[in-house]
Amino acid sequence: MSAAEQALARTEAVPLSLRGPAATRVVAGYGFWLFLLSDIIIFAALFAAYAVLSGETAGGPTGATLFDKTHVLIETACLLASSVTCGFGSLAVQSGSRNSTYFWMAITFILGVTFLSLELSEFSHMLEIGAGPSRSAFLSAFFTLVGTHGLHVTIGLCWLIVMLLQVATLGFQPMVSRRFFCFGLFWHALDIVWIGVFTIVYLGAHL
Amino acid sequence: MSTEIEAQGVSPGVNVHTDGTRRSYLIGLGYAVILTLASFWASSTDVVYPPGVPILLGVLAIAQMGIHLVFFLHISSAPDQTNNILALAFGIFVVGLLVFGSMIIIAHLNHNMMPMDRLIQMQR
Amino acid sequence: MGRLTWAAIPFDQPVVMIASGTVGFVIFCVLALVTVKGWWPYLWREWITSVDHKRIGVMYIALALLMLVRGFSDAMLMRSQLALAAGHAQGYLPPEHYDQIFSAHGTIMIFFVAMPFVIGLMNFVLPLQLGVRDVAFPVLNSVGFWLSAAGVLLVNVSLVVGEFARTGWLAYPPLSEVAYSPGVGVDYYLWSLQISGLGTLLSGINLTTTILKLRAPGMGYRQMPIFCWTALASNLLIVAAFPILTATFAMLLLDRYCGFHFFTNDFGGNPMMYINLIWCWGHPEVYILILPAFGVFSEVVATFSGKPLFGRRSMVMATMAICVLSFMVWLHHFFTMGAGADVNAIFGILSMVIAIPTGVKIFNWLFTMYGGRIRFTVPVYWTIGFMVTFAIGGMTGVLHAIPPADFVLHNSLFLVAHFHNVIIGGVVFGVMAGITYWFPKAFGFTLNERLGKAVFWCWFFGFYLAFMPLYVLGLMGATRRMQHYSNMHWQPLMLVALAGAILILLGIALTGVQLAVSIRRREQNRDVTGDPWNGRTLEWSTPSPPPAWNFSHLPPVGRTDAFWAMKQQRGTAQDPGIKRTYEAIHLPRNNPTGFFLAFCAVVLGFSLIWRIWWGAELGLLGAIVVGLMQAWRTNGEIEVPAEKVAAYERLHGLKESAV
Repeated sequence: MSAAEQALARTEAVPLSLRGPAATRVVAGYGFWLFLLSDIIIFAALFAAYAVLSGETAGGPTGATLFDKTHVLIETACLLASSVTCGFGSLAVQSGSRNSTYFWMAITFILGVTFLSLELSEFSHMLEIGAGPSRSAFLSAFFTLVGTHGLHVTIGLCWLIVMLLQVATLGFQPMVSRRFFCFGLFWHALDIVWIGVFTIVYLGAHL
Repeated sequence: MSTEIEAQGVSPGVNVHTDGTRRSYLIGLGYAVILTLASFWASSTDVVYPPGVPILLGVLAIAQMGIHLVFFLHISSAPDQTNNILALAFGIFVVGLLVFGSMIIIAHLNHNMMPMDRLIQMQR
Repeated sequence: MGRLTWAAIPFDQPVVMIASGTVGFVIFCVLALVTVKGWWPYLWREWITSVDHKRIGVMYIALALLMLVRGFSDAMLMRSQLALAAGHAQGYLPPEHYDQIFSAHGTIMIFFVAMPFVIGLMNFVLPLQLGVRDVAFPVLNSVGFWLSAAGVLLVNVSLVVGEFARTGWLAYPPLSEVAYSPGVGVDYYLWSLQISGLGTLLSGINLTTTILKLRAPGMGYRQMPIFCWTALASNLLIVAAFPILTATFAMLLLDRYCGFHFFTNDFGGNPMMYINLIWCWGHPEVYILILPAFGVFSEVVATFSGKPLFGRRSMVMATMAICVLSFMVWLHHFFTMGAGADVNAIFGILSMVIAIPTGVKIFNWLFTMYGGRIRFTVPVYWTIGFMVTFAIGGMTGVLHAIPPADFVLHNSLFLVAHFHNVIIGGVVFGVMAGITYWFPKAFGFTLNERLGKAVFWCWFFGFYLAFMPLYVLGLMGATRRMQHYSNMHWQPLMLVALAGAILILLGIALTGVQLAVSIRRREQNRDVTGDPWNGRTLEWSTPSPPPAWNFSHLPPVGRTDAFWAMKQQRGTAQDPGIKRTYEAIHLPRNNPTGFFLAFCAVVLGFSLIWRIWWGAELGLLGAIVVGLMQAWRTNGEIEVPAEKVAAYERLHGLKESAV
């Protein structure tokens, strides 16, 4: 179809599924959405393992003795706030404003790093007191589930740095804009997974 | 921001309405904060009937995830979001089966089968 | 060098040394030939760095054919061992070797033969049937293929350097844990499958997005060919199921490498959870394999009956029903593990329910053929062979679905016969039909018909000879994965099975002959019209082989069997006529990212297997660098000028077509 015919097809009368190939932005976004769903299924398998093994403490420490709710509340606040600042950053990218993008994404980065350092301090404390992943099946499942989430956050932060460098060097080209868009989806999805983590792992342990 | 209707639907995460989008994030933040604090309160309160607490936590968690999907990821039931909703529904279906199916099956298995360390002790 | 020493190479095992020596020599000869003839620039430009879905599809199938030979040689070893090792005789393969052989056979056949075959067919055909120029993410397509190839390389290296897993194709713990499998075998298995599994997941995302978001104008879901529907279901299953495999293998790897306790015998680990999770993946996996084969049969039956597919809507509904149901039956793979009668009953009933949509499909194919003018070409032979064979295999499957019956038959040779029945009768026959059907589109000439029929008969009779005895043996009490048996009454049946395997071997050899003969006689079998079978779907409207851009104008689709409709409309008032104005076409440029990422993956995988930590860091760093280079690549497209497109169309005499 020529460009003129394609424009003609994009009227209200023709159903969406009949309008020919979608724009690159839509294609990239949907593909990334599918990738995110597959990632969530990885987490689901880890959640399933945690659910099944959470009682297998092999005589070692339980969640109730190890987990500190205030600590988790602060981590949750950091991640939730970073989701909102990431959202503001996405708006800045859409409007093509460099300084606004740098500002909001820098705050997102700082909040993410804070989250990670809090989590790492918790992990290292647990390792010190002998409650490491090889102590029991429960701890293996805990470290893997929460650790995988933390690994995703780490990868997200590295990706954010790369994206900011891309904005600096390439500007707001469609390619860069699309990738920022996918980053936003990723970051929000990580917060959604965290909701599951803090509810099931941390709050669930105290029941 | 293009207002042209996209072929094959809009991708998830797109702000279709260009005005009030900052508001969407702030409203979402507001709800999320309330629900998060409610979750933390629910897990340590004496007011709620204890066997009902896990269910309450579950409901609050699902609500929070819903807030994220609607206010941050802009998922809606608009016709151009159908593919996104269907993919999400399929994902939720699989996650549910995987998690709850595994829990039910392993609970049954654990009930019927001797624990491994006892089995090994028997064989020594 | 971590644990890697010269002792890893089994100099004292003549069978292995001769096999690897031969393979190594052949590889060397091939590389030398390519170098001497100066083909490297062509191979690099046209194949290795290609992001064209047609090239990648062909490469997937070539990879699968190669691994079919490897996997089948394992089968021949097993069949001959079992024909010999009756009573006091021990055969020639000691248990520790036999165990590696059956593990490699299953792993290779499922992950490196069946999956690449099916993904290759979908890759080649989908954009052409959908009326678009390429898949959604061409560079990712190349990455996915090369990661699969990386997995293939690692598995084959295990033959020479080290050993392979002895745990069966699914590596159940606790046997696969470090305590009971301290060697590198299980690590080879795990890392090669993690790498290729990532490739498969990327492919699944790619093809799902293509089907849902990239179709020619006017091609809605109702107008989409049935092969595209089955491909959609299959790829949705890949996206949903493969992450479970990744996570489960990751947990086993953590157990092995970092002393975690997910599936160990002690410290609270639960090996049953592994079996539960792995089959949550495993059952959808077999539907991932069979659904595209069903799609091939739908296309073949409609084309060669000269009729539209019967019951199109019920076909689509049956496909999507299978897609959903396939996630709800996984426990039938471990009825005997002890979940109890209640749970077993639920899954038993669901397993019987899932046979219903397949039955709907078979009736639809039969009703399509009924009243049609059937042309008995090679693809139709494979289709009819499938209908008979798969029906038998499906029935033994429903038999297994009944828990009390399964308690007798689980892990017997009856089970082995059942799953080979459905995989060979379904997937292999479907892939062979698909390859024969679409070969002229890919290469511009048809395959030799007589030899094709000979191949079919060898596979057909070979299959029955090889596996019907196994049903009987299973009922007599023979178990799977046994290296030796003491009951002499079983030996005659084992000999018959060996004869069947030899017949299949002949079939595979004849496939090679068929290729050689067809290539030599290609001028006589040229496909000049692009439509050798009087097809119904859009891929037949392109020249054979299609140009890199597939369609110079995206075809306007009005209804199902779009190409058939176009042919009917030629010369009538509805004929849209020939388009003479051409526009420049943008194509993705060749990209070495896939190849280099796979190279880094091999380095990473091999290093992790042998605990060579600096090698692993190097591999990971390399992958990151390649990724960053791709991120900054801004010249990703080339433009084919309108004049070139026009010249191509004139050259290929496409005055007849409306596209």
